[in-house]
Amino acid sequence: MAKGTISFDWITILIYLLLISFGWMNIYSASLGDVPSGIFDFSEIYVKQALWILLGLFMIIIILSIEAKFYMKFSSVFYIISLLSILGLFVFGKTINGATSWYGFGGVSIQPAEFAKVATTLALANYLGDIQTNIKLFSHQLKAFFIIALPALIILPQPDAGSAMVYAAFLFPLYREGLSGVYLFLGVGGIAVFILTLVIGPLYVAIAVGIISLISLLQKKNKRPKLLMLFGIIIGAVALSYSVDYIFENVFEQRHRDRFNIVLGKEVDARGIGYNTNQSEIAIGSGGWLGKGWTEGTQTKGKFVPEQDTDYIFSTVGEEWGFLGTSLVVLLFVFLLLRLLFLAERQKSTFNRVYGYSVVGIMFVHFLVNIGMVTGIFPTVGIPLPFFSYGGSGLWGFTILLFIFIKLDSERMAF
Amino acid sequence: MRRLLLYIIIITTGFIFIGRLFYLQVVDESFARLSEDNAIKVVYNYPQRGYIFDRNGELLVSNQPSYDVMAIPRNVKAFDTAEFCSILKLTPEELSKKLDKAKIYSPRLPSIIVPQLTKSEYAYLQEKLRKYPGFYIQKRSLRDYQTQNGSNVLGYIAEVNNKIIEDNPYYISGDLIGKQGVEGQYEELLRGIKGVKYIQKDRFNRDIGPFKEGIYDTLPKKGKDVTISIDAVLQAYGEKLMENKRGGIVAIEPATGEILSLITAPSYDPALLMGRQRSANFTKLYYDTIARPLYDRGLLAEYPPGSPFKTINALIALQEDVVDIHDKFSCNRGYIYGRGRKLGCHAHASPLDMIPGIAQSCNAYFANAYRRIIEKYPTPQEGVDRWSQHLNSFGLGQFLGYDLPAGRSGKIPNSNYYNKIYDYPTYKWYSTATISNAIGQGEVLMTPIQLANMTAAIANKGWFYTPHILKSIEGEPIEDPDYTEKKYTTIDSEHFIPVIEGMRQVYKAGTASALQIPGIEIAGKTGTAENYTKINGKRTQLTDHSIFIAFAPVDNPKIAIAVFVENGYWGGRYAGRIASLMIEKYLRNSISRKDMETWILTHSLEDEYLKPLSGQPFTINK
Repeated sequence: MAKGTISFDWITILIYLLLISFGWMNIYSASLGDVPSGIFDFSEIYVKQALWILLGLFMIIIILSIEAKFYMKFSSVFYIISLLSILGLFVFGKTINGATSWYGFGGVSIQPAEFAKVATTLALANYLGDIQTNIKLFSHQLKAFFIIALPALIILPQPDAGSAMVYAAFLFPLYREGLSGVYLFLGVGGIAVFILTLVIGPLYVAIAVGIISLISLLQKKNKRPKLLMLFGIIIGAVALSYSVDYIFENVFEQRHRDRFNIVLGKEVDARGIGYNTNQSEIAIGSGGWLGKGWTEGTQTKGKFVPEQDTDYIFSTVGEEWGFLGTSLVVLLFVFLLLRLLFLAERQKSTFNRVYGYSVVGIMFVHFLVNIGMVTGIFPTVGIPLPFFSYGGSGLWGFTILLFIFIKLDSERMAF
Repeated sequence: MRRLLLYIIIITTGFIFIGRLFYLQVVDESFARLSEDNAIKVVYNYPQRGYIFDRNGELLVSNQPSYDVMAIPRNVKAFDTAEFCSILKLTPEELSKKLDKAKIYSPRLPSIIVPQLTKSEYAYLQEKLRKYPGFYIQKRSLRDYQTQNGSNVLGYIAEVNNKIIEDNPYYISGDLIGKQGVEGQYEELLRGIKGVKYIQKDRFNRDIGPFKEGIYDTLPKKGKDVTISIDAVLQAYGEKLMENKRGGIVAIEPATGEILSLITAPSYDPALLMGRQRSANFTKLYYDTIARPLYDRGLLAEYPPGSPFKTINALIALQEDVVDIHDKFSCNRGYIYGRGRKLGCHAHASPLDMIPGIAQSCNAYFANAYRRIIEKYPTPQEGVDRWSQHLNSFGLGQFLGYDLPAGRSGKIPNSNYYNKIYDYPTYKWYSTATISNAIGQGEVLMTPIQLANMTAAIANKGWFYTPHILKSIEGEPIEDPDYTEKKYTTIDSEHFIPVIEGMRQVYKAGTASALQIPGIEIAGKTGTAENYTKINGKRTQLTDHSIFIAFAPVDNPKIAIAVFVENGYWGGRYAGRIASLMIEKYLRNSISRKDMETWILTHSLEDEYLKPLSGQPFTINK
């Protein structure tokens, strides 16, 4: 092993193994076919997934064997390769479920966007880790945003809004490294105004924003420069609020509108667009306290939940393992994220810390959006649940992302 | 803050998710129910309903197959509608309406197009069925009645309603359930237990095999065949005698408490409430609010018992030791009590002691005896309560507890009742205020089955079995202690001897002397009860009810019977004749007095029943 290696964080590795194993059990259950076949039939997806997991373990060994410096040195190269790979999709890509996000190699499809996350993480960490970078400078902020936005903008029109959305996760490391909270505030506030407008209408939102602003204005009457900014925010919020209707009706496509309407409870259409969410809620709800038992889920067997082995795998957990299983999975994820956050904070170098923060951010967004969607509190956005959803690219992408960090952490004293 | 923000967000998200999952999985039950609805198909397998036999093994009710024409709209192709309609006796408009309705219900699921074809309709259609794609025949089991009588005893079968489905999880929409009578009372015995198969479906509603390899599946259990205590011949004869009359007859075997006949008039053919016409016929019977054919008078009608009640007052007087059988009371065409008030009586020898008192049904005798019972105690309250306790021991004034779903408690007043109506203690009341009780008028009300049971208890000299309709299940006699343990009255058995002798004298020399059956010793008692109705809000007296109780033979009673004929005038006129004929029919299985039988069969009381409805002034008791 390289100089400065302390020890790998076995807690993280243990949680990883638990999640991977439990995930595979659920994929096995969700993919059991009408006709039982031999266990080594390669057309069965649980066999494929088992193979990806095993290959992933080899990959882990390789990742952990390479010196940590390697990842920093070659981050730009990885970044450029992955940009080229997602650009190449426009020419050579294979279309599955309407999204041109895959390369086909014989019987195997690879989704480069899953690996682009790793490359972007490395590139951002490398940029922020540079001693000359000061994120408080506007020009440097622009450059950092550029690194993040470039892959997202390439992925967006494929169309794969879900994967592109994940890039918002990089706001977390940026904020941690000193990016003004205004960006975060504007982002979250904008989303809040947007959703509230759809639910209660623009007039009330405008009034609410006005009142909140007035209160904060009275509290800070001495600070003139902030006053100006506050006016800007009010005007922006009111403008956004009133333009939401326009955006919603004219910029959004019908499928986006439908997804929002389902979650906001404005439309209940259990047979149409809301079918996925509704079936998923039924499957989860039918699990009760302890679930129906592994491979005993009637909803799972009947394949009532579409995409149940991929994006909706959590509904299988819900049906077959009940509240016990789902809360265990949620707790495992929360624990993993907190653990990684703890590891990120103890890093000596900015590169390592930004990398770690990005890993937490990316996995958190996946966790939030996926489980939020499956339990019907988020609009339908198709992104996988890390370590659970079927798919070799996703599994490998997250494995690489995570284990590079474990490697970095193990050599944190070397910097 | 910069370090803590993500920690806070992650932990908050975790809490929100666990809360949401707790709501979905533990709090909100609706998803679990939906899950069962859409993933598991439940297929029921209905067993054959049990047969019903009479006490002599005669088959009363069996089953017959019936054939529903079903269609799956999606599979229906163009076909010769004219021929199809002519086979099923439908107009093309009706057919297209039914098919449209089926399509609206579901294009994929079967709907009934024509229910309950007869065998011959089915046989003809079956040959042609291959020409009509999308149509098929579904076999169902319906009741097949081997008798035209006893519809009130047998009950009927109907589809379950929403309330039943809610109350009893066994039933699902479309299931059949027994209602009223034996079908209702012994529904669980007769229906058996339906078998169930759980089939796992996929999201295209295709079957993908048994759910959990069929471990929850069950086989149907056949319904049990039951034998009821009814004598079908006697039942049929009684119903025939009661044609064109209204009232109820109950006959009981005193030694067992088995109900031999339970007749209500008017009645109807049980087959009316079966098959394609059930609903229409039921509506017709249900809305006949004047004759009320669905109203089981044998169990539900509460009549004043009239003179037969005197027998029981005689028993109480003896038990309370207030009267000796040789005590004589004089009668001057009635009994005078208090300021010029009189309980009238008919002309007969006077004074009389107990046995001729019963035989001649002397009102004065029983008024005296009754007063002695009440006045034996320091207050009339205690006296009346004592008296009513004796009556309760005969099953009067309370539900008898027989095994049929309909019933009334009748009425036996006690001190609370009189205290209330006379506003005690503001006003006082004495035995004379209740003097009508002496002759079975006034406040006393009884159902025919209570009266029959009272007669059986007299026949048994002091005990009875609770009347019951079920005799055996699949050949095994019933063991329910409610019906196999003797109930004792509060009257000692020796006191029955003079009362029975009095009832024997009713036939020998008394009010029923014209109704004797040569060679059969009968004990009986006539009764004539005044009754009133309201016409335009005015209380109007109608022709008296004709009442009769009897048991025979006196030495070894085989049958105890109570007959009520509404507005039949005096006891011997209708009720006495009918009771006499039924006893002969039951004991001899033939009728020697054809003239009496002819008289009953040719006399109708329909004119009497029309009087209060006519709107014209009318005379009574003619």
